[in-house]
Amino acid sequence: MKIHWTRVVVSISLFSLLTGVYADTVGGDRWSAAEIEQISSLSLRGLDALPPDPTNRVADDPRAVILGQRLFFDVRLSSNGRVSCATCHLPDREFQDGTPLASGVGATNRRTMPIAATAHSPFLFWDGRKDSQWSQALGPLESPVEHGGTRAQYAHVIAANYRADYERIFGILPNLENIPLSAGPVPDAAAAKSWEGLSDAQRNAVTGVYVNIGKAIAAYERRIQYRASRFDRYVDGLRQATGTEQSALRPDEVAGLRLFIGKANCTQCHNGPLLTNNEFHNTGVPAGRGLSADEGRLAGANSVLRDEFNCRSRWSDANRAQCAELEYLVTDAHTLQRAFKVPSLRNVAERAPYMHAGQLATLRQVLDHYNRAPEAPAGHSEVKPLRLSALELRQLEAFLRTLSGGTTAPPMLPSVTALNQNR
Amino acid sequence: MKASQYYTAACLAALVFSVAGCATRPAAGEFGVGPRTSAERRYVATLQPQQVLRPRQLQSMRVSIVDARGQAVNDANILVDGGMPQHGHGLPTKPRVTKSLGGGLYEIEGVRFNMGGWWEFKLAINGVAGADTVTFNLDL
Ligand code: HEC
Ligand code: HEC
Ligand SMILES: [Cu+2]
Repeated sequence: MKIHWTRVVVSISLFSLLTGVYADTVGGDRWSAAEIEQISSLSLRGLDALPPDPTNRVADDPRAVILGQRLFFDVRLSSNGRVSCATCHLPDREFQDGTPLASGVGATNRRTMPIAATAHSPFLFWDGRKDSQWSQALGPLESPVEHGGTRAQYAHVIAANYRADYERIFGILPNLENIPLSAGPVPDAAAAKSWEGLSDAQRNAVTGVYVNIGKAIAAYERRIQYRASRFDRYVDGLRQATGTEQSALRPDEVAGLRLFIGKANCTQCHNGPLLTNNEFHNTGVPAGRGLSADEGRLAGANSVLRDEFNCRSRWSDANRAQCAELEYLVTDAHTLQRAFKVPSLRNVAERAPYMHAGQLATLRQVLDHYNRAPEAPAGHSEVKPLRLSALELRQLEAFLRTLSGGTTAPPMLPSVTALNQNR
Repeated sequence: MKASQYYTAACLAALVFSVAGCATRPAAGEFGVGPRTSAERRYVATLQPQQVLRPRQLQSMRVSIVDARGQAVNDANILVDGGMPQHGHGLPTKPRVTKSLGGGLYEIEGVRFNMGGWWEFKLAINGVAGADTVTFNLDL
């Protein structure tokens, strides 16, 4: 008897389809129904709508978005007149700067993080020491190595340059006549002394303006989001079960995806539509050369509880019941030692170097790191050696490169473009 | 219990009850929100999630507890724990019982499952019928 191989293949495929072993169409990539579900859970289509920010009453006020954008790019918000948020968070570079450590007024001891989709993240910074976008923004402004200025200085910048726009959103600006040009709770001794010299009412007036600067910037940042990538188009094809997914990804990229969700175990931490669980893990990344010891989340979890601007603070617009993230926070586990925030892997190929202090220069180095899984310099690494072959590492890297799709942000205001050109 | 101890305990239990291998996923019938009988059969607990359980979200749920004769158990002291036996990690937050609602119903807040897959969700119940633990297997 002559065997019709084509018929055999077709009937096996049909059988697979019916039994649900292979839910994919004939000719498409072979995935089980469970794998398709797992892959779909990584698609950007599954991202929740922008979550409300109860701590920031102007989070969704379009006027605050505009003011926030102008402040994000304004170098007057610095001690030397040369640093804005955009100095390190460059809009045409995924809102980061492509260097291992950032430089503002001085040099930072961590790498600049991309900003897209941080509205979906309960904690910010590599150690999660802030619990909202607005309170995060107030960190670099008073950091001596970033913007280097003080809250009193920034309140004066608002009074001189943004009074009308500010008052339309936040109400009357307090009288700043008797407030020194530089004062704030900062390491600089003179500015700190001026701050101590103010009355409580004066300090609260200045801090109130400072907080509103953060809230306007956050309204802008909320709108910085990821665009769909080639991987997302692959998932679309897969879900429609038309077999068209193959045009979106090459076979080596598909093989990399298989490793990513399977043998390489990457989705243990890089899961969901943003390819991060937004948690903190110790992955044994070596300490940054020449930097002092970094405890990561252990320090960050304790610091967010005490933060002057956290969800429970008087400056937050939330009520205590809305601060559940702080209420159920783990602060004492041994697993927090040198745990760092799991970065989103969207656009990851476009923004080397990698890790919290830019320790690894290329994606290949990152994959070699996971493959070897060295002991952590402190605490305990959660990752185990993968023992992947050179071919598998190349496939995994090929997959990571399919996650690029760029970033969307509110359109550049003409006034902001002009300000940047004058620099 | 620390995640590592928890993992070891899960593996030991697997050996003792000669389940195939260490931290093997239980049979489909073992999954779900209950009713679920505690290890020493003192209580029967049923979870009532307040929303569909989803990974990465901070969520709350209710649990109803009755004793072996079906009587509602009030005023029990309940500790919440959990983790993923296959990965050796615990819960990323510290959930706890925040309210006793009466009629054997309790409110649990601050629960987060930081990835999809098989999770164990454990309640250590100390009430009128004594101390006992109940373990739910949840598929996120
Ligand atoms: C000198 C460079 C520099 C400047 C200026 C700067 N940043 Fe950053 N940014 C960083 C670095 C470095 C980190 C990570 C720091 C850490 O974890 O300690 C970071 C982290 C962040 C994050 C956290 C992202 C996440 O996923 O958790 C946000 C959001 C952010 N910056 C926004 C801003 C805003 C808004 C401004 C202006 C008010 C600003 N940055 C100014 C370098 C800078
Ligand atoms: C146990 C959790 C965990 C697992 C598993 C894991 N990662 Fe990560 N990943 C992290 C954390 C945490 C960081 C940041 C670490 C740091 O900066 O110290 C990171 C960083 C990265 C980065 C660098 C991104 C950046 O912006 O710096 C890449 C790329 C990456 N991981 C890819 C992978 C791949 C591929 C796998 C699977 C082989 C994987 N990860 C498995 C937690 C994990
Ligand atoms: Cu897990």
